[in-house]
Amino acid sequence: MVPRFWRKIKYRYDVVASYCENCGNYYYPQREICPKCRRKGKIKDAKICDEGRVLSYTILDGKCIALVELENGTKMLTEVCGKVEIGSKVRKAFRRYGEESEDGIIYYGTKFVPIESDKKQKA
Amino acid sequence: MIGIVSYGTYIPRFRIRVDEIARIWNEDANAIKQSLGIFEKSVPDVDEDTATMAVEASREALARAKIDPKKIGAIFVGSESHPYAVKPTATIVGEALGVGNYYFCADLEFACKAATAGIQICHAMVKSGMIDYGLAIGSDVAQAKPGDALEYAAGAGAVAILIGKDPIAVIEATVSYTSDTPDFWRRDLQPYPSHGGRFTGSPAYFRHIVNAVRKLMEDHGYTAKDFDYAVFHQPNAKFPQRVASMLGFSEEKIAEGLLVRVIGNTYSASSLMGLCSILDKAKPGQRILLASFGSGAGSDAFAIYVTEKILDFPRNAQVWEKAKNGVYIDYGLYLKNRRMIR
Repeated sequence: MVPRFWRKIKYRYDVVASYCENCGNYYYPQREICPKCRRKGKIKDAKICDEGRVLSYTILDGKCIALVELENGTKMLTEVCGKVEIGSKVRKAFRRYGEESEDGIIYYGTKFVPIESDKKQKA
Repeated sequence: MIGIVSYGTYIPRFRIRVDEIARIWNEDANAIKQSLGIFEKSVPDVDEDTATMAVEASREALARAKIDPKKIGAIFVGSESHPYAVKPTATIVGEALGVGNYYFCADLEFACKAATAGIQICHAMVKSGMIDYGLAIGSDVAQAKPGDALEYAAGAGAVAILIGKDPIAVIEATVSYTSDTPDFWRRDLQPYPSHGGRFTGSPAYFRHIVNAVRKLMEDHGYTAKDFDYAVFHQPNAKFPQRVASMLGFSEEKIAEGLLVRVIGNTYSASSLMGLCSILDKAKPGQRILLASFGSGAGSDAFAIYVTEKILDFPRNAQVWEKAKNGVYIDYGLYLKNRRMIR
C-alpha cells in the first residue's frame, strides 16, 4: 500500500489533473491515455484551479461525496467537508484521507470546503 | 534588510465554549472564564491535524507573497503535536506546496516556542546567504486530557511566516533565554502532556519572557515606549496581561494580539497568531515586540519594525475575522473531531 499511495502524492496533495493537448480536455484522476482521443491524444500533467461548484452530491457513511466542477471544466469526485447544496461554491483544502492502520502511514490529500455562508452552516 | 516577507494563518472552523466543557465536568464555568480569561477555543475537523493546518497557513503565505514556491530554500515546522513521531511534517508541507526537492527541512520541537526558533534559523540562513526564502511554521492541535484544566485552553491553529529580503516587517533584533525548567512536559509514548500547575507561572513563563525581553532591550537600546504593539505567548489571557505590565506595556498595546479569549492556546502558533493579527493592522514605521514562550523552558524575543512594503501587501482575510467566524459544537462532536471516539 505504501508505494501505491506514494505514486499518487503528486495528484492528491494538489489538484493535478491530466490535460490532453489534442482535444483540450482535463481529466481527474490523472490518465495515461486520453479517453476521447485514445492513441492520438497527448496527455500531460496540469495543475488546475482551486475553486469550483457542486454539480451533485450524496451522503455516504456520514461523509459528503460530491461531483465538483472546477472553473476550467474539470469534473472531480471528491469529499466536501461541511454542508453543501447543488450549486454551492467550494474551494480546495488539504486534509487527511485516512490511515493505513494505527501504526501505518497517514494518507493526505485534497478535499473541498464550502466557500460562503460559513455563518449559516450548522455543525 | 531581512525579515517577514509574508505570513499566512489558519484557524479551524469549529469552536467549543468553556461553558460546554464545564457542563461535562460539573465545574463552575464562570469561575474558569474569570481565572483564565478564555471563553471558547478552536477545534479542528475530524480530518485535520498539524500537517493539514500547516499546509493551509503556508498556502495563504505563498499566495500573498506571489513568489515561485521553488524559491523556498528551507522549511521548518514547529509543533508538539506532529502527526508522526518519526517522519517530518515539513516534508508533507514541502510536497503540498510544490517546493521541489532541493530544500533544507526539519521538524522542530520546543513546546510552544518551536516556530519562533524556526524564524531565528530562517533569519540566520537568509542572512548568511544560504537561502533566499525560508518558511517557519507553527502548527498545533493541542492535546489535553479530558477533565484536565488544560482542556479549557488547548486550541488548534497554524501560522506560516516567510522570511526573506526586502520584507514587510524587518526583524531588527532577537534574543533567546533558555534554562532547564520542567514546568510542562510529555514523556515519549504518552498521549497527553503533564504540567506543574502553578509552577508554570513565576519560574517558567514570567522568568523566561521577562529575561529575554529585558536582554533584548538592554542589548539593543529599546525601552517599552519604542514599541507600538507587544505580543506574548498566550496560554491564557491572564499571563500575557501580567507579563505586559511587568515589562511596562499598557493594556492597549497587547489588546490587538490577544486572541486566546476566542481561540484558546494554539501552542506553537499562539504568539505568532497574535503577531499576524497585529501585522493585519500595522502601519509603516510601527515597531512590534514579540516574545514567545516554550515550556522546558525558553523564550525568544524579537523587535520587529514594519516597513512601507506592508501598504501593498494583501492582508485579507484578517486573523480576527477568522477567529470570530466559528461554528459551535457540543462536547460529543468535540470528542469525535479530536478522534477520541471513533
